[in-house]
Amino acid sequence: MSLLIQYTLLFASVLALVALGGCFSEHSGVINLGLEGIMVIGALGGALTMKSMDSAPAAVTVLVVLLVSALSGMAYAVLLAVACINFSADQTLVGTALNILATAAATVIVKAINMAENPDNVSATVKYVEAKKDFVVNIGSFQFNWFMLVALIALIAAYIILYKTRFGLRLMACGENPSAADSVGINVFKMRWAGVMISGFLGGIGGIVYITAGVSEWKFETGVAGFGFLALAVMIFGSWKPVNIGFAALLFGFFRALSNVYSGFDWLAALNIPGTVYNMFPYIISLLVLAFTSKNSRAPKSEGIPYDKSLR
Amino acid sequence: MEKKKSSFLRNETFLSVAAAIICILVGLLVGFLVLLAIKPEGAWAGILAIIKNFFNYPTKAAAMKYLGNTLVKTAPLLMCALSINFCYKVGLFNIGAAGQYVVGAAACLYAALAWNMPWYVCMILAMIAGGIFGLAVGFLKAYANVNEVISGIMLNWIGLYLTNMILGNVKESTSPYTVNVKGSALIPSLGLSALFSNNKYVTIAVPLSIVFAILVWVVLEKTKFGYELRATGYNKDAAKYAGMNEKKNIILTLMIGGCLAGLGAAFLYLTGYEQWSTTQSSVPGMGFNGIAATFLGGLSPIGTIFASFFIQHITSGGSYLDKSVYPSQISDLISAIIIYLCGFVMFFKLVMNRRAAAREEAKAEAAAQTPAGASVSAAAAADARQNADDGKEEGGKKE
Repeated sequence: MSLLIQYTLLFASVLALVALGGCFSEHSGVINLGLEGIMVIGALGGALTMKSMDSAPAAVTVLVVLLVSALSGMAYAVLLAVACINFSADQTLVGTALNILATAAATVIVKAINMAENPDNVSATVKYVEAKKDFVVNIGSFQFNWFMLVALIALIAAYIILYKTRFGLRLMACGENPSAADSVGINVFKMRWAGVMISGFLGGIGGIVYITAGVSEWKFETGVAGFGFLALAVMIFGSWKPVNIGFAALLFGFFRALSNVYSGFDWLAALNIPGTVYNMFPYIISLLVLAFTSKNSRAPKSEGIPYDKSLR
Repeated sequence: MEKKKSSFLRNETFLSVAAAIICILVGLLVGFLVLLAIKPEGAWAGILAIIKNFFNYPTKAAAMKYLGNTLVKTAPLLMCALSINFCYKVGLFNIGAAGQYVVGAAACLYAALAWNMPWYVCMILAMIAGGIFGLAVGFLKAYANVNEVISGIMLNWIGLYLTNMILGNVKESTSPYTVNVKGSALIPSLGLSALFSNNKYVTIAVPLSIVFAILVWVVLEKTKFGYELRATGYNKDAAKYAGMNEKKNIILTLMIGGCLAGLGAAFLYLTGYEQWSTTQSSVPGMGFNGIAATFLGGLSPIGTIFASFFIQHITSGGSYLDKSVYPSQISDLISAIIIYLCGFVMFFKLVMNRRAAAREEAKAEAAAQTPAGASVSAAAAADARQNADDGKEEGGKKE
């Protein structure tokens, strides 16, 4: 049971962080389909840092790894921002490209490093298991992970930033009606850059949380197995609002955790439902919810449309 | 004379090809830089190995055989690209092609392995399965206002898990792979394999995929149905006002897109070239690479044929890298960069168009100084300005 709670919270943390990233990006008017790729790059940065910080004290490791992951995610998000904001590229196309690119690039980088160290080692894994222990505090049989706290802080911060600060309200204005925002002196391009950068920051952290959640070392060839897209579903399910996103993340995280540990529950195992069904649940639910709620969708009105000053 | 030459420079096809070549060259350059960064000595040989792909083999027979392998994988890629292309012309981004491809694989493999159906039945079932997934996206879009990108992504994952579950019944007992496709379920080759040094995987799927490319072009450009679909894509409300059933058009488009992608899976899995791994945890890249091929092909079905071949050529080429030094994923990296750059194609075109327009205008002005050519050049200048406006529109109407 505590294992189920632990995984639920851990997966929910990942989903909440990444979904909040998507939320900031979309509120500024840019659809960020590249979240999956941002997660991979963030995870790569974090994993490499963990590997090189074997001996540092726990608190330092935690902070540095978080920082490096976030910065890697942001650096990668620059690619999306440049293409979609400054060059009005198709956001779906660029997001998809970034997802493919991230997995390929991460695999190449990890393999190159491994091969340079030892020519016989052609695996795409990073050895970070030692440093992983720094993130975990055991409370009885429950393993508390610092990332859960990070996700909670991010949720509260996102709520405050979006609704209680000038910056957040301006950001949302750029996603709703960029022309109107521009006419009152808000720099739409700057705001959208800020939105995408924040999504890179949160997506990067989400990536490192995701790969450290598993027991074994992560193979970079597999990317993050659709978690970026699942986070998008969480964001939509949470109707682009931080608090709702938090609850949606818990629900989706629960299903995801169930697919990992369902065999531990006698009555669930007795139902004899294959694990893949639990994996499918979150997607089916979000599709159903979308079908019933999209008529009056709460999506930012101008998301996905490149801002063109001359059309004002 | 002068006018003819400039109109060639600003010709839509020329611009598309030029933009595609820029994307390819930059992609290859980045790949080369990555190779350089890993180990400078073998970098040049490495990038050449990727570009050469099957030409790496010294004998013609072996080269033909491996050209055959590239073609076998080009066929499904082309079908996915066509699926995306078809929908994009109607203003829909069918990112769900990846999932439609996956359920196509499930349908054709299950029919072939569990029911021992002949290949054409399997193919039709794959088409239907893909079509149903496309239909779902279209239905949600038309009647529930769900963005086709989001529903497509959700269905990709639902399709993947569903397929893993279904094909789990026909897998080898000791491995996660599906049983080999045999006998009448294999697509016939009709002598094609003899052309490729008896590569038994080369079947009529390859020419069929090209036929479909031409068919898509004809339907979109030459029929009333295609015209209606494109009109719906340009302006949904105007199409509705003109008496077209825009909801029906959206659903039909995505259904056809789904059929194309589903068929693509049959084109690969019914050759026996690949087995489905029932433990895969990510959606196969075929559908996403299709996006690359579509955009690289300048959004034209005919251009897509060449672009699909090129993307597959580079991807296969990665396996000829010296594996003790370079990871083969570098070729994925190159194709990903090419897709990324395709996002800038509109921008490239706009710049090239403006350049050409500016040059023409300057020429026209110079000609206007001399009274002899006055009337002709005035017309040319007006034409140039007109074209420049067209170019702007081209860039602006992106969304």
